[in-house]
Amino acid sequence: MMSKINHSTAERVGVYVCHCGTNIAGVIDVEAVAKWAAEHLKDRGVVIARDYKFMCSSLGQELIEKDIQELGLTRVVVAACSPHLHEATFRVACQRAGLNPYLCELVSIREQASWVHTDKHAATEKAKAILSGGVERVLHHAPLDPLHVPIHPATLVVGGGIAGIQAALEIADAGFPVYLVEREPSIGGHMAQFDKTFPTLDCAACILTPRMVSIGSHPNVTLMTWSEVTNVAGYVGNFTVTVKKKARYINTDLCTGCGICQEKCPKKVIDDTFEAGLGYRKAVYTPFPQAVPKYPVIDHVNCTYFQKGTCRACEKLCPTDAIDFKQEDEIVTLQVGNIVLATGYDIFDARRVAQYGYARLANVFTSIEFERLSNAAGPTNGNIVLRDGVTVPKTVGIIHCTGSRDRNFNNYCSAICCMQSLKFAHLVKERTGATVYNFYIDIRTTAKAYDEFYQRVLDEGTIFVRGRVAEVTDAARMPTEEGKLIIQVEDTLAGRQRRIPVDMVILSVGLEPRRDSHEVAKLFGISCSSDGWIIEKHPKLDPVATMTEGVFVAGCAQGPKDIPNSVAQGAAAAARVLGRIQQKEIALEPVRASVDESKCSGCRICNGLCPFNAIIFHEDRMVTEVNPALCQGCGTCVAACPAGAISGTVFSNEQIFAQMEGLLLHNIERPPITEGVLA
Amino acid sequence: MNNTFEPVIIGFTCNWCSYRAADLAGTARVKYPPNIRLIRLMCSGRLDPTFVLKALASGADGVLITGCHPGECHYLEQNYKTLRRYLMLRRVLTQMGIEPERIKLVWASAAEGVKLAQEITDMVEQIRALGPFKPRFPMPLTPAEVADVQPAERGTA
Ligand code: SF4
Ligand code: FES
Repeated sequence: MMSKINHSTAERVGVYVCHCGTNIAGVIDVEAVAKWAAEHLKDRGVVIARDYKFMCSSLGQELIEKDIQELGLTRVVVAACSPHLHEATFRVACQRAGLNPYLCELVSIREQASWVHTDKHAATEKAKAILSGGVERVLHHAPLDPLHVPIHPATLVVGGGIAGIQAALEIADAGFPVYLVEREPSIGGHMAQFDKTFPTLDCAACILTPRMVSIGSHPNVTLMTWSEVTNVAGYVGNFTVTVKKKARYINTDLCTGCGICQEKCPKKVIDDTFEAGLGYRKAVYTPFPQAVPKYPVIDHVNCTYFQKGTCRACEKLCPTDAIDFKQEDEIVTLQVGNIVLATGYDIFDARRVAQYGYARLANVFTSIEFERLSNAAGPTNGNIVLRDGVTVPKTVGIIHCTGSRDRNFNNYCSAICCMQSLKFAHLVKERTGATVYNFYIDIRTTAKAYDEFYQRVLDEGTIFVRGRVAEVTDAARMPTEEGKLIIQVEDTLAGRQRRIPVDMVILSVGLEPRRDSHEVAKLFGISCSSDGWIIEKHPKLDPVATMTEGVFVAGCAQGPKDIPNSVAQGAAAAARVLGRIQQKEIALEPVRASVDESKCSGCRICNGLCPFNAIIFHEDRMVTEVNPALCQGCGTCVAACPAGAISGTVFSNEQIFAQMEGLLLHNIERPPITEGVLA
Repeated sequence: MNNTFEPVIIGFTCNWCSYRAADLAGTARVKYPPNIRLIRLMCSGRLDPTFVLKALASGADGVLITGCHPGECHYLEQNYKTLRRYLMLRRVLTQMGIEPERIKLVWASAAEGVKLAQEITDMVEQIRALGPFKPRFPMPLTPAEVADVQPAERGTA
């Protein structure tokens, strides 16, 4: 019974085997595969089998279209690359020729055979089996129409750094509503912490704050800071997002942002978020003066009233009675059609490179600390001084690639550290006249005007030492090293070990994915690389889309990048979203489950299985029904139904069994493997 | 049994993670033995246990089941159901006198091409060591299979 499929078919199948240049043909004998199909799958409806250099090219597609029309093909199988790459291409080609697109099957003999196998004979045989599986499967395909769902015109942007700001502004300016959710009290992200931006050295605040203000005042932007997304349900075009607005303890309808509360609050707290631990803030605070929105938040962990029950200084002094200690977290539900994730990055924890002495040797700073130190609005008013707050360093060592390009920490290049280190070198020189050493592995200054900036820093007299620093220590060996930090390094250009005494060390620390990136990815139904960066749909051709329709990514959440690239991605993600909104509806794969009521016994086994609550039980008729608008097509209920009453389009039992028999070559003449075993 | 036995393994992949891991293995040119033939499902939750029995009955020497890591299923939690079905299948196979090692469950994310290739390589060796699958008694038919052999349903699309 399981041996040969001997029923005949009335279908007319066209088979197309792609060479993909030499990508497939270099390993698989594509001509032999096509010939084999024409000969052995003739009984299975194959009327033509061709091989062609590039099936995805317009000529390749025309080949299919012509055959559909001239040979009256009713099914098409293309053996080429992964369906994730070109399924759409060939479906559209079929459609152009008048064949329902779902009657076309693309099987992958590149990713699953030629690229992963070296034995040419075995790969060719496997390609035949894969192709045969596709032919059997396609015989059970049915013409389908994609599902059209309307796209909600609102967009959710998560993260209010420069990438998220850019995305939100582009969409809002185009006239569509945007919800911008930010977890900190203000938008601005890391860029707001910086003093100057490379390579132009314009002041970060000067270019960023106008954008922040536009967000704050834009009629199409609903800004939700001090808020976090807690749940995402639905699918492209129709997401339902739950946002927790954490209690600010400030009535924002009354608050004018005058700042009196911050001034009068008696409780000082070390600010380790915005000031990177170098400065203080109050228990009621806005992270920085230009914060958007202007309303402060009360940090209840540190507030004296919340901890001890007395104080309420702010409440007494607020001229508009805006303080509200009774405020509670608020849960808001949003309807959006698309989502842009711009959740940014975290800084590599410099303490992990123990030999560089951060947090042990006072005058070892991280790059983000130095940003605050050099910022005119920072804790030292822009004076570059040692930890004592007064001494100006005479020699400074800047160590590139801390935590990056390092097998012990992160293998990747953080992309911005070279330029950041060069910027630091310039600022130190300019403001203190100190001697500056930059310790680098390679200098990577690849973007526009970056290398010119490097030349400029070289000309300014910064000393570049090529080599990975072994250690930073305060253990002096010579009188000249007394009271200094000594940088021990192998100068790989000079070919010798050096000890360089300096007053201050700046570690140019790398960028890391957000510590909660895996949870965030889970929340939004997308995936992260093992490092934790969000995976884009295609690294080259689709860098801001994700595998999940309707969810886009921009900025450093996708991987380390500088400001211009973050802005470009923010704008790109916005363009993609706008394109979607303009289409007004989107065609979805018609992969859905449905119940044959005449077979359903009402056992309710499937009822608890659907995570999307798509399964409804009709008590009156004692049958189950699947709501196609909610069904996402995973097929779990199909697999669970003991009566076989539920079937799934595109992945029906018949299709899967047929593919299996094809893969195991039960469709051609050969001694059946299990003959005699099965009844 | 000579040691040139080349097993045939049917592998079920889910559209969102493990199929993409297989794609990635390809793009990265990671090599693994050609003994595996993959079938794409939307989710590992689509895996009807009869698929596995049917694959073995139809001549596969082993079946690989793959899906997203727990907690990462595109459809939230369907792979937990796969896990349950897998555990059940192992018991059923044991009761039928079939080595439960003929089936294997692997979680592979879209980033784990190398891992998937390694798991396939290991599995091929494991099945090679077990030898060809030859059931010694008729395999019971499930209702789905009985339905599947109705001649009228064959060959018509
Ligand atoms: S296939 Fe079934 S379980 Fe899966 S989403 Fe649709 S109705 Fe729910
Ligand atoms: S989508 Fe991969 S296991 Fe469910």
